[in-house]
Amino acid sequence: MRDVAVVGIGIMKWGELWEKSFRDIFVEAALNSLDDAGVDKIDSLVVGCMTGGLFVGQEHVGAIMADYLGQKNIPAAHVESACASGGLALRQGIFEVASGMSDIVMAAGVEKMTDTSGDGATYALAAAADQEYEVFHGVTFPGLYAMMACAYMNKYKVTRKQLSSIPVKAHHNGAMNPYAQYPFPIKIEDVANGVKVADPLYLLDCSPITDGAAACILTTVENAKKMKKPYIKITGSGMATDTIALSQRDSLFWLKSTEIAGKNALKMAGRKISDIDCVEVHDCFSIAEALVTEALGFFKPGMGVKAAAAGKTALDGQIPVNPSGGLKSKGHPVGATGIGQVVEIVKQLRGEAEGGRQIKGSPKIGMTQNMGGSGASAVVHILEVE
Amino acid sequence: MFPSRIWREMPQRYRLEASTCKKCGKIFYPPRLICDKCGYRKFEKINLPEEGKLKTFTVIRTPASQFSDEAPYAIGIIRFSNGLQMMGQIVDCDLEKLKIGQAMRLEFRRVQTHDTHGVLSYAHKFVPKWY
Ligand SMILES: [Zn+2]
Repeated sequence: MRDVAVVGIGIMKWGELWEKSFRDIFVEAALNSLDDAGVDKIDSLVVGCMTGGLFVGQEHVGAIMADYLGQKNIPAAHVESACASGGLALRQGIFEVASGMSDIVMAAGVEKMTDTSGDGATYALAAAADQEYEVFHGVTFPGLYAMMACAYMNKYKVTRKQLSSIPVKAHHNGAMNPYAQYPFPIKIEDVANGVKVADPLYLLDCSPITDGAAACILTTVENAKKMKKPYIKITGSGMATDTIALSQRDSLFWLKSTEIAGKNALKMAGRKISDIDCVEVHDCFSIAEALVTEALGFFKPGMGVKAAAAGKTALDGQIPVNPSGGLKSKGHPVGATGIGQVVEIVKQLRGEAEGGRQIKGSPKIGMTQNMGGSGASAVVHILEVE
Repeated sequence: MFPSRIWREMPQRYRLEASTCKKCGKIFYPPRLICDKCGYRKFEKINLPEEGKLKTFTVIRTPASQFSDEAPYAIGIIRFSNGLQMMGQIVDCDLEKLKIGQAMRLEFRRVQTHDTHGVLSYAHKFVPKWY
C-alpha cells in the first residue's frame, strides 16, 4: 500500500443556505480544496451524502457533482453510511490512492437539508435508524440519544448541569470559527431553560439542520513531497458497525463500533490514544460527545461527561475535543460532517485554525471520529504532521 | 406504511412471535435467518413473555407528524427475563413517575393512524405494572 496524504482542504460557510443549491454548495467547497492543493484535475471523486434522494430528490450524486465540478468523464462514486458518509468517503478515497488505482482523489461530503420541511428532515434522518422496529413505534433521533443519556445519567449519577457543559464548550469554540452555522457563545443555564425535545435532552443538546459541504484532496506522500506544499499524512483508518437497533445492545451507552474503529485506526498508525493531540468527534447530541470520548479511550467509562464539565476537553484541556465547535455549533450537514472534521484537524495540524481557536503547542497528531445513526457505524482516522 | 409491509410483519407484531436458535438458544425479535451468536440457520418459533423491566426511556416532545396527536409520549426499551430487549411506547402512565427498573406489561394497541395508505397499524405497547 502507498502512503496517503491530504494536500488540500476546502470548506464553505455552513448554515441555512436558501440561496444556494445542492450542487452549488458542493462545488463551492470542492473548488476551495482544489485551490488549496494547487491542483486543477482529479483522477477520481468519492462523495459522501446520506440521502440526496430524501432531502432534495436527487440521487446519482457522484455523477452530478463530477459534472458540475467540470471534471468531465472521471470515475465518481457516492458512498453512504448515514451521518458517517463523509468519513466513509475519506476511507474509500484512501483505498483508491493507496492501492495505486488513482493518484489524485477528491474525498468530499455534501448535504442539502433545508429544501424540505422540518418534518421532511425528521423523516429523512430517521431512515438511518431501524425503520420497522424503532421508528415504527414513534422514536426520533433525539429520542434514541435521549434513551442513551437517560440510562447513562442514571447509572453514573451525572447531573443535568454537567451535561450542559458540553454544548457550552462547543459554542465557545464555534464562536471563533468563521465557517460555523451558529458562531456565538451560550451560557450554561441557557441549555435547560430551552425547549425540551426528548427528556432529558433540550434543543441546545442537539446539532442543527444544516446545508453544507467540505472536500479534501488526497494523493501519495511521494507526490505530496513533489508538490512542495504542506501536507498532512493519514496514518490510520478504522471502520466498524454495530446493531442497527439501539434496543439490541447489552449496554445502551457503550459505542462498540467507535471503540473498534478507534482501536483499528490506532493500530494501523502504530499509536496509542494518549499520543493524540486533538480530536474532532461526532457530537450529534451532547451525550454522544461524552460517550465517544469514553469509547475511544480518552476517559474511563462513566467519566466522559464529568471530564468535559471539569474542562478536560477545552481548547487548553488535557485533550481538546471539537476545536471547530463540533456538530453543535459548526452545524451538521450529515453527509459533509465527516469531511468537515478532517478540514478542522488539517487546519489545527498546519497551525492555521482561525479566530483564536488554534490549539497551543503545535499539535502533531489529530483524530477524527464520524458516526452513523445511533452508532450502527463509525469511522475513525488519524492524521499526522510528518 | 405500505400494506404489504404491515401484512408481512403480522406474526411478530400481532402475535409477538420471536424465534430461538435451535443450536445455542439465543432468542431473536424480530426473527432472523442466521444466528449472530453461533451461525446456525434453524430456528424454533416462540412467543414472547408478556412482562419485562424498563431499561431506559424518554418522553418525545417533538415527534414525527404521524405521532403529533400523541405528543408528549413516552417510549422505552424493556428487557425480558430471557435476555431479549425491545422498544415500544409506554402508555397509561404518569410521565413524571416513570423509572428505570419498573415492571412493564405488554399490551396490544394501535400504533399509527395517520398513514398515507390509510392503514391502521397495531403492535405492542408497554403499560407500567403498578401492582
Ligand atoms: Zn445460535
